[in-house]
Amino acid sequence: MTMPPPHHAAEESLLSVEDLSLWYGASRALDRITIGIPEHRITAFIGPSGCGKSTLLRCLNRLNDLVDGVRIEGRILFRGSDVREPTLDVNELRTRIGMVFQKSNPFPKSIFENVAYGPRIHGIRQRAALEEIVERSLRGAALWDEVKDRLDASALGLSGGQQQRLCIARAIAVEPEVILLDEPCSALDPIATARIEELMQELKRRYTLVIVTHNMQQAARVSEYTAFLYLGRLIEFGETPRLFVEPREKQTEDYITGRFG
Amino acid sequence: MRVGSSSRDAIGHVMTWLCGGTLALDLLLITGLAAVLAVNGASHFWPRPLVELRLAGGAKLLGAVVEREAIPDDPNGGYRIRVHVGNRDLGGQDFRWIDEREIASRGEPADAVALERLEWGAFYGRMVALRRAETVLAQGQDAARAAFEPLHEAKRAELAAIEELERGEIARSSAEIERLRLAARRLELSESSGAERAASEADLAGRSAAANAAYERAAARLSALRESFLAETVELEAADGTRKEIPVGHVVRVVRPNELGMAGRFALAFSRAAEFVSGVPRESNTEGGIFPAIFGTVLMVFLMAIVVAPFGVLAAIYLREYAKEGLLVRGVRIAVNNLAGVPSIVFGVFGLGFFVYGVGGSIDRLLFAEALPAPTFGTGGILWASLTLALLTVPVVIVASEEGLAAVPNAMREGSLALGATRLETLVRVVVPAAAPGILTGVILAMARAAGEVAPLMIVGMVKLAPALPVDGAFPFVHLERKFMHLGFHVYDVGFQSPNVEAVKPLVFATALLLVLVVVATNLAAILLRNRLRSRLGPRSIG
Repeated sequence: MTMPPPHHAAEESLLSVEDLSLWYGASRALDRITIGIPEHRITAFIGPSGCGKSTLLRCLNRLNDLVDGVRIEGRILFRGSDVREPTLDVNELRTRIGMVFQKSNPFPKSIFENVAYGPRIHGIRQRAALEEIVERSLRGAALWDEVKDRLDASALGLSGGQQQRLCIARAIAVEPEVILLDEPCSALDPIATARIEELMQELKRRYTLVIVTHNMQQAARVSEYTAFLYLGRLIEFGETPRLFVEPREKQTEDYITGRFG
Repeated sequence: MRVGSSSRDAIGHVMTWLCGGTLALDLLLITGLAAVLAVNGASHFWPRPLVELRLAGGAKLLGAVVEREAIPDDPNGGYRIRVHVGNRDLGGQDFRWIDEREIASRGEPADAVALERLEWGAFYGRMVALRRAETVLAQGQDAARAAFEPLHEAKRAELAAIEELERGEIARSSAEIERLRLAARRLELSESSGAERAASEADLAGRSAAANAAYERAAARLSALRESFLAETVELEAADGTRKEIPVGHVVRVVRPNELGMAGRFALAFSRAAEFVSGVPRESNTEGGIFPAIFGTVLMVFLMAIVVAPFGVLAAIYLREYAKEGLLVRGVRIAVNNLAGVPSIVFGVFGLGFFVYGVGGSIDRLLFAEALPAPTFGTGGILWASLTLALLTVPVVIVASEEGLAAVPNAMREGSLALGATRLETLVRVVVPAAAPGILTGVILAMARAAGEVAPLMIVGMVKLAPALPVDGAFPFVHLERKFMHLGFHVYDVGFQSPNVEAVKPLVFATALLLVLVVVATNLAAILLRNRLRSRLGPRSIG
């Protein structure tokens, strides 16, 4: 039995990042990151603020394209093809790799229209089909029972936790394969956080989840794999229980035991 | 320590009072302006009692007392009153100053009538008789009064018939004649020749003759109508005993103000106000209504909004969403802001040179060559006025829209992009709707500015008296090349250019009040629309 390389999971990778470096202008935000993300698992990126974990996440659906002055080197393979290929349809990529943001960002529209937004973009027009998708997505995000009577009410009237679950529903409405979660609970209270975490366990049966969190307990609770980043470098990657119980790297140990961060 | 902090607190209190006081002063000025306009404007409609004065010298006069003041530099401290005596066709002047000490007696006779007329302004006097040519229909005050009402109503109906004939058949057939003349001219200018040309010429000549005949018939009917319209006259006696016959048809309204109770006065004031709002001007704008000016103002502002909104918003979208921040964008922004400070008359001159002579002139040469040298689009018109004002207000829309777009959080754009939406889809479905209240604010400000602007319009199509509204029943219904009337210009024209400034002062106030009301109403409509948008977008929407 051979040891897997330290930056790859033991399983087949759905998304693999190879030697990825990123600069914002002259400052380097990611330094030769190589990591493989397995399918139908929850992979957590942890690390102190500014370590590049969100930047790495946003590379996966090419959301960094929009930032002025970004330069990227290296490869990101999704099901074997490079997402940075110029010929690749970035909108198609983002349809397959959904995202939930740190601060919930529902559109200033009704609950129904928020969830139906993605399907509409992708050409679904019939009301019945949309209604079915909206219900399925809201059920999938464990929000249906709370909002089924007020689908036409503004999404901005929901509580913070409900808004975040609405954003999850909105993401799964377009049937992605991967959902990227960028600190989805950082603005939520513990009860709302618990609901989202519970939901993530449900979601991983159908989707591959990548979560960025600065909450180590959360990473330990929800994820199968954890990557620890520090100053733009991937310090350690491995199965979550192992990484938290017996970290191989001194920096990882210092971070998870709270010596810095 | 304690002393120091309390004196700093005192400075804070002074500042609070200063700010509050300034705001209060602003409000006072605004309400004061509105009140001055409202009170003076309302006096245009309110019926004043008719006073009969017998002067020491034996002269008698009848009129409405307009004001009373101390005689300047009078050692005895006497007062004088200003009386509106009307009867311009008899006496030549509308107002007279009377020293109160010269008044021997003063009364308010119940039988005094105030006649509002189509010509010559008001007539004050007493009704004596009613005649048709040489036949006396009624003699004596009571008989004349009784017979007058039904006759007057019939004459109003005849007047309406005359106006309908003028606006309908006469206007149509003269438009047809003009159209045929232009067609003939077009044929003359064209290259065609031979039998075909001769046939066309013959056809045109035939139709032209038919049109002329139709016009003649209508004109004959019109002059018959006019004759019967003027057949009856009412004889009136002025205070000094002079008699005057006035065609019943020329009488707009007969009022006996001294008989009126409170309710009657209110009813009269409202009826006059309604006529003012819905009627057409008479007597070089000093009487009648101002409907064409209201219509022109509102139509011009809406045309301007239709043009300025897309232009301003698209420019703002480019600046905020697509253009890369840099020296060029900053320069463009500064230029746009400076444009807002250019005097409006400069825009008017530009509009005249570019839109009227440049664009309009070219249109005329290309499409309306047969009408030259009479210009069609190559002269001021409501379209060019709207475009000039759109140019004037586009900076307002750009700045407000840019701010509205900037207030849409980036998270919202990313949320849409992360769902696989393109940048265009994101812009159209998320960003612009979220910024709509801010954009609308810009359009509201632009409309308010445009409605109050007069100077540039004076050279690009606004006129003292437009013969026809820019929208009517004749094809193509909206005539954007026509000149139009405007409330702002109306205020200037009536107030400063009219031959009888004193008499029209209340009218100027009423017009100004109406202009303010039109602006307020336009803004209110837009604000309601914006609030509806906001409430639909939810409690936390932007803008």
